[in-house]
Amino acid sequence: MAVSTLKIENLHVEIDGSEIIKDFNLEIKGGEIHAIMGPNGTGKSTLASAIMGHPRYDITKGNVWLDGENVLEMDVDERAKAGLFLAMQYPSEISGVTNSDFMRSAINAKREEGNEISLMKFIRKMDAKMDALEMDQSFSQRYLNEGFSGGEKKRNEILQLLMLEPKFAILDEIDSGLDIDALKVVSNGVNDMRSPDFGCLIITHYQRLLNYITPDKVHVMMQGRIVKSGGAELAQRLEEEGYDWIKEELGIENEKVGEKEQEA
Amino acid sequence: MATETKWTFDEEYVKDFSKRRGEPEWLMEERLTAIRLADKLELPKPEKTNIKTWNFTEFKHETENSGMVNQVEELPEDVQRLIDSSGGEQNLIVFRDGKPLYRSVHERLQQQGVVFVDIETAAKEHSELLKQYFMGKAVKVDEHRLNALHVALLNGGVFVYVPKNVQVEAPLQTVYLQEDPEAALFNHVIIAAEDNSQLTYLENYISSEKEKGSVANIVSEVYAGQGAKVSYGGVDHFEKGITTYVSRRGYVEKDGRIEWALGQMNEGNTVSDNTTVLYGDGSSADAKSVTIGRGEQSQNFVTHINHYGKHSDGQILTHGVMKDKASSIFNGVSKIEKGASKSNGEQTERVLMLSERARGDANPILLIDEDDVTAGHAASVGRIDPMQMFYLMSRGLSETEAQRLIIHGFLAPVVNQLPIKAVKERLTEVIERKVY
Ligand SMILES: Nc1ncnc2c1ncn2[C@@H]1O[C@H](COP(=O)(O)OP(=O)(O)O)[C@@H](O)[C@H]1O
Ligand SMILES: [Mg+2]
Repeated sequence: MAVSTLKIENLHVEIDGSEIIKDFNLEIKGGEIHAIMGPNGTGKSTLASAIMGHPRYDITKGNVWLDGENVLEMDVDERAKAGLFLAMQYPSEISGVTNSDFMRSAINAKREEGNEISLMKFIRKMDAKMDALEMDQSFSQRYLNEGFSGGEKKRNEILQLLMLEPKFAILDEIDSGLDIDALKVVSNGVNDMRSPDFGCLIITHYQRLLNYITPDKVHVMMQGRIVKSGGAELAQRLEEEGYDWIKEELGIENEKVGEKEQEA
Repeated sequence: MATETKWTFDEEYVKDFSKRRGEPEWLMEERLTAIRLADKLELPKPEKTNIKTWNFTEFKHETENSGMVNQVEELPEDVQRLIDSSGGEQNLIVFRDGKPLYRSVHERLQQQGVVFVDIETAAKEHSELLKQYFMGKAVKVDEHRLNALHVALLNGGVFVYVPKNVQVEAPLQTVYLQEDPEAALFNHVIIAAEDNSQLTYLENYISSEKEKGSVANIVSEVYAGQGAKVSYGGVDHFEKGITTYVSRRGYVEKDGRIEWALGQMNEGNTVSDNTTVLYGDGSSADAKSVTIGRGEQSQNFVTHINHYGKHSDGQILTHGVMKDKASSIFNGVSKIEKGASKSNGEQTERVLMLSERARGDANPILLIDEDDVTAGHAASVGRIDPMQMFYLMSRGLSETEAQRLIIHGFLAPVVNQLPIKAVKERLTEVIERKVY
């Protein structure tokens, strides 16, 4: 089977009439892990949400292709079925719906009617993945994210990733709120997914996650676009020196979007 | 075509009716007082809902008694589906048009001194005990016309009595089926739990006819003695033609507790009152109810917890889903009387609007006459959260499926609390059918 590709072309995204993402371009292939780094407010979450189809963001220009199919023409659920996954920075809480019921519905949504996963198989898979993420079994009967701590929510996002096995995952700040042990557990989970059938975009503003998941490429985002790309060593340098040298190099005064910007 | 002329229920009728049922003198007297009061009293006035034009007078009061059946298999299909077939201990009374149709009660109950019988039998066989509780501290005949009519025309119900220190493990289940489309149900439920006893009761109201008009006038009285605990589950699902007045009342002594879990799924116009009096120190109540309004149905729900005892705790949760042109008023009232110090009253009322044309009105009310208490409320009326939809759909769930999960989750507080699996499953089906 040919390797999958996620291709973002000249993407422009607005929220409430102000442009947050401008001329964003990136191509990720199956088997690759890319990291997007950047200070707060540079448009990272906006990019991730827009690709998944968040209702508040307007895409005014550009395309997102998944294996030649135009993602932007799909409904949110169709994007998921096509193989996209977004681990959200702030996952919703849904009262009265157990983690396990939700997860089973999600798995079955991707399958043909009549070909639903058997309960036994589902339970076995969920147990195994929860073990791998060192989650207590009680999580399967708790209501979806309700009353979860920040770290528990992140683990639960990764649990969904492992259960749903998408072609491409975008992980938005999956490391925030995790202590070092949890970070290792979550990283192991992501590393287990590594294969030619899986591509991943990791969004973070700390380098530390990338100590455990070594990226193939690192991109720096400012003012709603990629301003610099490199290999894993770029993340290392950012860790040591911060972002100021990039701003200097490129003549950027304010890296955030929507505020006073340097006109190119 | 509502006509006033058909009204034939007078003292003479009531007297005759009572005689035919072989009732004790005191009950006949209660009925006679009630029918006299009914003439003078007015209809209740639920806030923001006008019930003056609702049908409370047009119905058939008596139906043929078609006898009992001996086996579950002989019961109507809709009733069978509410009964667990797991083979566990079964305590069940089924009524058809107010009359007992099937009864299966484990012998252990009798050994424990527990009474679980239809109210007609109770009046004959447990007259003194029934009298002690009937229209007792929790409810008054002269509150308004519907209570008076209720007592005067009472034609169905159940009496539950649990002696001191007795724990009834398996749930006591009742099913009230209205089969005759014109038959009215004046159903009276009494649950008397003596000190330190414990029981779980679960009732279902169902009807077969969809269009013809009739009336359901229901009063429940629940008495939890000192340290007693009563779990009361109810699922109301009368079809559209039936106008319902249902009043479920509780009275709790020291350290006693009542838990209500009400699935209020009627298709017709409904006035519902759920009131608990926390009389004793350390008494508590948890009142949960969920509903779905659809079509052009108008409903009014009041959940009232009245604190007298010190350290009493009252929790109210009401969740409503409104679609089409349905209209519902939800009033939660936590009243803390002077002297009920260290009490706590909390309420949550949430309404999910699925249609622009529906109306949902949530009014949390705290009436507090004591300084040393804690109380709180949360209320919201709104549409399904688009962020929740985005989250679920981003995992591949279709819009319909995502909405389904959110709505079932929203109504789960009551569904999850019902003690009989078959009833839970039927309620889930009803929710499913009503929403889609
Ligand atoms: N929901 C929103 N409403 C208004 N402005 C927003 C919203 N989300 C993002 N923005 C704007 O977009 C900018 C980028 O936000 P975001 O994509 O969350 O950045 P990052 O994830 O890089 O921290 C913010 O600084 C803000 O100005
Ligand atoms: Mg962000």
